[in-house]
Amino acid sequence: MSIGRTHAVSLLGLRGAIVEIEADISANLPSFVLIGLPDAALGEAKDRVRAAATNSGCALSHHKITVNLSPAALPKHGSGFDLGIALAILAADGAIDTASIDRVVHLGELGLDGRLRPINGILPAVVAARAAGFGTVMVPTGNAQEAGLVPGIRVVAAGSLLDAVIWHGGEFDAIPVEPILRPAPDAPHDDGSDLADVIGNEDSIEALLVAAAGGHHVFMLGPPGAGKTMLAARLPGLLPDLDAAAALEVSSLRSLCGLPVGSTLARRPPLESPHHTATSAALIGGGSGMIRPGAAARASHGVLFLDEAPEFPSSVLDALRQPLESGVISIHRANAVAHFPGSFQLVMAANPCACGQYGARDSECTCTPMSRRRYLGRISGPLLDRIDIQLRVQRITSAHVRLADQTPRLSTADARARVLGARAVAGARLAGTPWSLNSQVPGTWLRSARMRLDPTTTASIDRALERGGITMRGYDRVLRLGWTLADLDGSSIPGADHIGRALYLRKAMSS
Amino acid sequence: MAAKDELGRRGEDLAAGFLAAGGMQVVERNWRCSQGEIDLVVRDGDELVFVEVKTRSSLGFGHPLEAITVQKLARLRRLAAAWCAAHPGPHGLVRIDAVAVVAPAFGAVAIEHLKRVF
Repeated sequence: MSIGRTHAVSLLGLRGAIVEIEADISANLPSFVLIGLPDAALGEAKDRVRAAATNSGCALSHHKITVNLSPAALPKHGSGFDLGIALAILAADGAIDTASIDRVVHLGELGLDGRLRPINGILPAVVAARAAGFGTVMVPTGNAQEAGLVPGIRVVAAGSLLDAVIWHGGEFDAIPVEPILRPAPDAPHDDGSDLADVIGNEDSIEALLVAAAGGHHVFMLGPPGAGKTMLAARLPGLLPDLDAAAALEVSSLRSLCGLPVGSTLARRPPLESPHHTATSAALIGGGSGMIRPGAAARASHGVLFLDEAPEFPSSVLDALRQPLESGVISIHRANAVAHFPGSFQLVMAANPCACGQYGARDSECTCTPMSRRRYLGRISGPLLDRIDIQLRVQRITSAHVRLADQTPRLSTADARARVLGARAVAGARLAGTPWSLNSQVPGTWLRSARMRLDPTTTASIDRALERGGITMRGYDRVLRLGWTLADLDGSSIPGADHIGRALYLRKAMSS
Repeated sequence: MAAKDELGRRGEDLAAGFLAAGGMQVVERNWRCSQGEIDLVVRDGDELVFVEVKTRSSLGFGHPLEAITVQKLARLRRLAAAWCAAHPGPHGLVRIDAVAVVAPAFGAVAIEHLKRVF
């Protein structure tokens, strides 16, 4: 009796590794041994596969079955190996052709009745199969649409184990089954939020435009009801559509979390706003067996909005420092390292103190200076240092409301057009460099001979640097914001007023 | 005799005939002692074989070989030791085999012989 061999994919983070499934049948008393470090869900595959095969009319052999998942040292999780295991055993038994299953990657969970159930993470798994050089992948019918989003690999949809066996040449009669499908995703739901809904706060709107154009992180400080959450919710609308690589990553992450992916790759940047009771694992990612992405990973190429930022545990906030710096989230375990993309745009909103009224024009703050300092101190200095834009958002007055109809307000569509124009200018300037957005550019390059600004332009920040008003890091951030402001205005080079406005955008905390 | 006992006896007859046709000599059948019963003792060349026969009329309640559990194997080993003690003389190498008989009321009989299950 020959050995049945086929392939499946094990996911570690977003990266998939090909797992070889070998099955051998030996003349011993009936037993089923599954080796290769399976986790609990995978270890249950024995019972699922046996029941599914019996109920499909192609029962497994009544001898000792040994199934090996190679490489043995790679930890494997989940139920996606069921189909591969069943087909490898049937091939070892001679029911189907061994050469046929060796060429195909099989993914899918088996139900006890033999039907194939859709699994999570199909999109990154199929991408990994294509990268490994396979030309065909077999997936459950419920995952076929998602698998079809990957170009360059042939997708075969199977509704049941029997369908898969017949496709590989097994001589059985087909039984039509109702395939198990995933619920369709909700239509991309436009909640009608538009930038034109924001009354007053013109400098906050301009700051949002700067944030969108340059990819800068934002920290908003203001009393309750000032409109911080409203502004943050409108930032994703200003961002351009995702490019192909980013769309694949965003859709892969949604697939990994079990969220519906839809018939096309995601086009709009995602928005994640976790509640402040989220744990570090929920925000960054983790998990004891399978390493799952957190909210920060899911917000890649989009916006991560932390409302009530001082209420987050400081350890959770500090865990964000590494992805803010490197753009990658690495989760280390004893036996593996998982990497997720972490290139999100961070928006934090906070009240100036625990009662929220400090600095408000019309009410009195009742906090002691010590508690006020301690409240905002929960957001550590190094974290704030990485945030380019620090905004003060004020409550609107009745005068603003009365004037609301008279002044024309910027709509999301117009704002996005301005952002796209600014990004195009920046892209042209940064062509040939490894950066694509102003916020990614290091200060050393901005101060280099090619990009250095005239001393008269930078007079205000030079003076502030001498006086100790800003640090060198702050100086570089003002330069970055200045370039973004110049891009938005259509100037080829920042002027003194751009630098002045950039300096204003960083002053929220100290005023 | 109850139907199941008749089936069992028929299975043992078929197994004995199958092994004899394969060139083995039947030494003893249905040897009983306080600990249990050995279905078949045969000699295969210079090896002494203790055979457990399991008969089913269909596969609906599982394959006959699935009925041989770890406990049953342990008991067979004890019974083999008891037989060797009760029958003095050089026995040569000892092994334990299993024969599965699927004997439907009408139709062909399937016999499978697994060597060295213990």
